Amino acid sequence: MVWIVRNLWLIPALPAAAAAVIALFRQAQRRLAAGLAIGTMGLSFLMALIAFAHMLAQPATEYVNFGWLQFGSEWLKFGWVLDPLAAVMLVMVTLVGLLIFIFSIGYMEHDENFTRFFCFLALFAGAMLGLVIANNLVLLFMCWEVVGLTSYLLIGFWYQRPAAAAAAKKAFIVTRVGDLGLFLGMLWLYSLSGTLVFYDNGGGCLEHAAIAAMAAHAAALGLTASSGIGLLIFCGAAGKSGQVPLHVWLPDAMEGPTPVSALIHAATMVAAGVFLVARMYPLMAATTNGGTSQALEVVAWVGAITALFAAFIAVAQDDIKRILAYSTVSQLGYMMLGLGVGGVAIGMFHLITHAFFKSLLFLGAGSVIHGCNGEQDIHKMGGLRKLMPITFATYAAGMLALCGVPLFAGFWSKDEILHAAHGWNVSAVPYYLGAAGALLTAFYMTRQVAYVFFGKQRETSEAVAHDAATAQGAGAHGAGETHESPAVMTVPLIILGLFATFLGFVGTPAWPWFQAFLEGQHATLDFGAFAGNGILPLMTISSLIVFAGLGLAWWLYGRRPIESAEARDALEQMMPGAFHVLAKRVYVDELYGVTVVRLAEWSARVMDWMDRWVWNGAVQAVAKIVAGVAWIDSSLDTAVINSGFDGCCEGVEHGGRLVTRTQSGRVQSYLRVLGIALIVLVLFLYWSRKG
Amino acid sequence: MTAPFVILAVVTIGGAVAAMTLRKLVHCALALAVCFVGLAGLYLDLNAQFVGLVQVLVYVGAVVILIVFAILLTRHDELPAQTNRTRVAGLGVSAVVFALLAWAVTAGGAQMGAAVAAPEAAMKDIGGALMQKYVLPLEVVGLLLTAALIGAVVIAMEEKKKAR
Amino acid sequence: MTPLNGCLLVSALLFSIGLGGALTRRSAILVLVGIELMLNAANLNFIAFWRYGPHPEALTGVLFVTFSIAIAAAEAAVGLALIQAVYRHAKTTDVNQLDTMKG
Repeated sequence: MVWIVRNLWLIPALPAAAAAVIALFRQAQRRLAAGLAIGTMGLSFLMALIAFAHMLAQPATEYVNFGWLQFGSEWLKFGWVLDPLAAVMLVMVTLVGLLIFIFSIGYMEHDENFTRFFCFLALFAGAMLGLVIANNLVLLFMCWEVVGLTSYLLIGFWYQRPAAAAAAKKAFIVTRVGDLGLFLGMLWLYSLSGTLVFYDNGGGCLEHAAIAAMAAHAAALGLTASSGIGLLIFCGAAGKSGQVPLHVWLPDAMEGPTPVSALIHAATMVAAGVFLVARMYPLMAATTNGGTSQALEVVAWVGAITALFAAFIAVAQDDIKRILAYSTVSQLGYMMLGLGVGGVAIGMFHLITHAFFKSLLFLGAGSVIHGCNGEQDIHKMGGLRKLMPITFATYAAGMLALCGVPLFAGFWSKDEILHAAHGWNVSAVPYYLGAAGALLTAFYMTRQVAYVFFGKQRETSEAVAHDAATAQGAGAHGAGETHESPAVMTVPLIILGLFATFLGFVGTPAWPWFQAFLEGQHATLDFGAFAGNGILPLMTISSLIVFAGLGLAWWLYGRRPIESAEARDALEQMMPGAFHVLAKRVYVDELYGVTVVRLAEWSARVMDWMDRWVWNGAVQAVAKIVAGVAWIDSSLDTAVINSGFDGCCEGVEHGGRLVTRTQSGRVQSYLRVLGIALIVLVLFLYWSRKG
Repeated sequence: MTAPFVILAVVTIGGAVAAMTLRKLVHCALALAVCFVGLAGLYLDLNAQFVGLVQVLVYVGAVVILIVFAILLTRHDELPAQTNRTRVAGLGVSAVVFALLAWAVTAGGAQMGAAVAAPEAAMKDIGGALMQKYVLPLEVVGLLLTAALIGAVVIAMEEKKKAR
Repeated sequence: MTPLNGCLLVSALLFSIGLGGALTRRSAILVLVGIELMLNAANLNFIAFWRYGPHPEALTGVLFVTFSIAIAAAEAAVGLALIQAVYRHAKTTDVNQLDTMKG
């Protein structure tokens, strides 16, 4: 066994250990905390590179299992696995994480809870890396839960703000709903296959024997067991990755600091759901007769619907981070669509590219917010292109990548997905949904860039003072002017920008290195691949769609500079009704509030009533019965036993008093008794003699 | 049942009854003396001359006098009769006792007591028996009399005032 | 009715009279009188049995009665001294009032 595979566990263990140590620091030891977190993350990054290099040289599935808990004669085995999928995720998570950690030094500099922030970040990194390399669904689930915990802690980082606390609770509870499905799937899988270890010398639940058995096993509703389990597991992934209808927590999660939004809610944690589906893909795709399994059909449809739905809502949002949040939901839908129609490689390619350009966009937004002293409403920004040039350049790169402009990273990955959707044997509707989503993506991103970076500078000094008071704490420099962010924040932006621009080239059809790597094969450079398989026409159509979206938005927003913050949105002027519905997020949160939340409140009230009257009443009744029995006992004791005893004593006393009367003190009565005794004695003697 | 016997019996019984029923104590004491005399007569009739004369000497001469002295020394108003209940009970008991004794006497069968010749109770024999066979009881009785004498004197003596 | 029986009946009657008086009269002195009568009745019994019983030459009855008379005298003396002492203390000879030994 190679050294790196044997010691793969160090990759998550180092940041987790750093978190444990940082938890003991005082608030003042900032540099030590940041240094420890970044140091361990750097080490993990290096080790991830070594693992990646190993996988490049020898693509295989290598794993280490060890017995962790013994119950009866069986062992619960934990362990880690290194395969191309895990290697790619390791590199992405450690690299993006490292860059965001460095960014956070600048962004959180004025926050007094700096140390606590890095503790949580390190804990998150450890848990996420553990999730990636876990070889056991239970271990994965444990890391999954810790990731959810740190998400809660970081969303509610500024816990004194009620909005942040509420958002943290919402995130936790909504993902919990999904986790229920995941847990049920785990139980079902364990009951059918007898193990939750992924790869275990042929006996693992993702290996051929178990998969074949479960694919043949028919469950309810016309599903096979493998699809049923897959769908339940997809519930958990849908919660974590914000698919409709469990997407409601992601936009609210923007209450957390921007580095948190970048790392957790763009690049890594939300990708954990996609990663889970990719990991469990052998199970989810298993069919007995070829074709698409029911589980993957559902995944594809949910992904397509999510992609379009979230894109619609993003069109009408005003908060710079909200737009990006809905964009993330939409892109996650694309990833799920890719997994469903095209397989692991296609979905994961978009995941990797998305991680880079979305975290870039979030960090850029953070830089903008920092530079605008806490302002987040795009109507109140503008003209930042000249004031924050580096931020603008990198942001533009990320935006073009996200839109899918040709030759940028997002273009290649999104196009793979659309190509696979177009050729899907079940239905072509997801393709059209995805294409519409691409149009809207280009539209809303151009709208955002036009509002933020172009036009006139609309910041007013009152707005500055007002927002400085209610700032996210992300840099209230006082009533200062808008300025470019320091180097510690712009350098990570530049690095991510380079990735956003050039990363796509590892997955082009001419040289599908990424896809081949994940499948464990070698890719060859072949420009002729463009010609075949209907790739070029589809690419052309996609490009046209993107430019159409860009042009439309430019025509509405960019042609004339937007004058004031109070000016109505151009689209809103055209379609006020539809715009309003979209701005209110299609009232999904309100719907949940009326149905689910009300149901929960009602059942809580019912339970309270039951507790107060039924259970409490029963307990009180028992207590009253006991008291009653005690009372009966007591009165019995008083009336019967006591009085019986007293009566006895009285009888004795009475008898004694009676007997006392013979002792009259009078001689003659004594004499009388003597006389009677004499008579009796004589009679007795006579009769005894007679007898 | 010779005539002397009957007369003497009647006297004795009458005296006894009188002694027990008369109101005034002195009358009772005198009736008692009559009873004792009657008894002495009965003894004489039964040929126990010594006992009869001793009876007169001691009982009539000493005991009755003692009783009279006691009556004289204890002043008392005429005491009312005993309560009915006590009287009835007492008389009942004595009646039952008499019935019992009478029945024992008459139902016992006449095994003895037929009229026989009177035995001789010579003084010489009595004196001889006293000094020989019954000398110990004699001495003890003497002692007893001495003790009784001293005791009676002590008991009846006025208590000395308590020493200061 | 043999002579003996007659004597015995007389003595029985005497005894009962004495007993009745002792139980009935209220004065302590009369109680003592009753007791004397009872003693005398017993003496009469003895003499009667000596006269009509076997072995009269042993003089048992006579001597017994002699002693009995002596003792009775002593007892009468002591008893009357007691009554005297009690009278001095309680100012009465009423036996019903002399009940300090009451239980």
